[in-house]
Amino acid sequence: MIHKYTLNGFRIVLDTHSGAVHLFDEAPYDLLDYLTDCVPAQMPEAAREALTPKYGTQKLEEAYAELLELQEAGQLFSADDYQQFADMMQDAPIKSMCLNIAHDCNLRCAYCFAAQGDFGKGRMLMPFSVAKAAIDFLIRESGTRHNLEVDFFGGEPLMNFDVVKQTVLYARSIEKQHNKNFRFTITTNGLLLDDDKIQFINQEMSNCVLSLDGRKEVNDRLRVCADGKTGSYDLIVPKYQKLVRERSKDKDYYVRGTFTKYNLDFVKDVLHMDALGFDQISIEPVVSDPQLSYSIQEEDLPAVFAEYEHLAQEIITRTKAGKCFNFFHFMIDLNQGPCAIKRLRGCSCGNEYVAVTPEGEIYPCHQFVGDDQWIMGNVLDGTYDRAMKNRFAHANIYAKETCQNCWAKFYCSGGCNANNQHYEGDILKPHKIACDLEKKRLECAIMIQAALSE
Amino acid sequence: MKQIKTLNHANLKESCAKGGCGECQASCQSACKVSCTVANQKCENRDR
Repeated sequence: MIHKYTLNGFRIVLDTHSGAVHLFDEAPYDLLDYLTDCVPAQMPEAAREALTPKYGTQKLEEAYAELLELQEAGQLFSADDYQQFADMMQDAPIKSMCLNIAHDCNLRCAYCFAAQGDFGKGRMLMPFSVAKAAIDFLIRESGTRHNLEVDFFGGEPLMNFDVVKQTVLYARSIEKQHNKNFRFTITTNGLLLDDDKIQFINQEMSNCVLSLDGRKEVNDRLRVCADGKTGSYDLIVPKYQKLVRERSKDKDYYVRGTFTKYNLDFVKDVLHMDALGFDQISIEPVVSDPQLSYSIQEEDLPAVFAEYEHLAQEIITRTKAGKCFNFFHFMIDLNQGPCAIKRLRGCSCGNEYVAVTPEGEIYPCHQFVGDDQWIMGNVLDGTYDRAMKNRFAHANIYAKETCQNCWAKFYCSGGCNANNQHYEGDILKPHKIACDLEKKRLECAIMIQAALSE
Repeated sequence: MKQIKTLNHANLKESCAKGGCGECQASCQSACKVSCTVANQKCENRDR
């Protein structure tokens, strides 16, 4: 399977099953229109007739020989022999946990998927006893995995920061005896950040995600305080700047925003974040009911695609000038990215990754929280639905019909299972708009690599 | 090759041989929380 596209003057050809990325001149690119799933030893007569007048015999024959050479090297129309690995992660240990440390929030963001913080279940903070049981559960279920990730999430985790600290200290106190390495992350709206919290986060959290939507007017339209009207921008930006200024360069952070129909010109928001001094940036489309006024709909896609191209161009220009920020969704390592086995299974929610609520309930991930049919068990009583775990273990790209024949399957790995469930009614049916957006981001990310290779 | 330039080593098939160690980050944990991009994750396998 191949995917060919032109962008920013580049003719790019991806060979899905080898992962090869090629830049083609015009003649071999046009020849691909006459090939379906292989390069036959002889050039198809239709191609010769149509293209000889344009390129001449010698150039066309040379192009065809190069296609044959690529095929011989296993870099064009290479075979799909990954299905044998598809179910390899059955019985995989759990290694990642989203700890919903607070089902409460001090913001009232209009687009919140967590029902303004309480996931529709009532406001509640996680007691340390539950957090401790969750850490014990993770260690118990992690088998031989060494690196264990715990993300403090909510709601707003800083509303329960004493328990965050206690949990970190508890995990640190037992990690060596279990031969584990905890990597903590925290996702915050920043409102309650102070010097002590910044210091603790910068010391203990390997990554922190700082929510900000960009320009003040954009951020403050949807990210408002509990009074429903006061914007959060002025309250959080100086705190984020201090945190990032004091953060060690060997630790990650992202300033992360959401764009909606209200700011389809979101590159301005990315560049605004850069101007504020943030160099690790993630901004992504709102995921919401298509009926809502701010939702990204099919009709918005051309504008969003154009904006991604605009952003890609900005990144190329700035990188060549020697000063550019990193944009999370354009990060791609064409040589040393994740192995194919990882790529088959994506986020692995419900299998290697679970979320735990303040009451100790286990869900496949944070986006399933609040919907009782997805409760997998409880860390307090040791229950854990292994049949449901197994169901998620099989949710790989070969179980998703739409993905099997998609060129992007090894980059996105089948999309977000929760979005699939919420918007298509089935964890195995990829969410259409999310697919379209993902494919566009990938095309841009690969084009950036092409431009920077020159 | 004169008319085609390959940008990478195309090692996806080779990656299966020593792949699947499971030590890498769950993709959703990094910076998105609402989507799934796997290709931008780091490989943690030093033996690969």
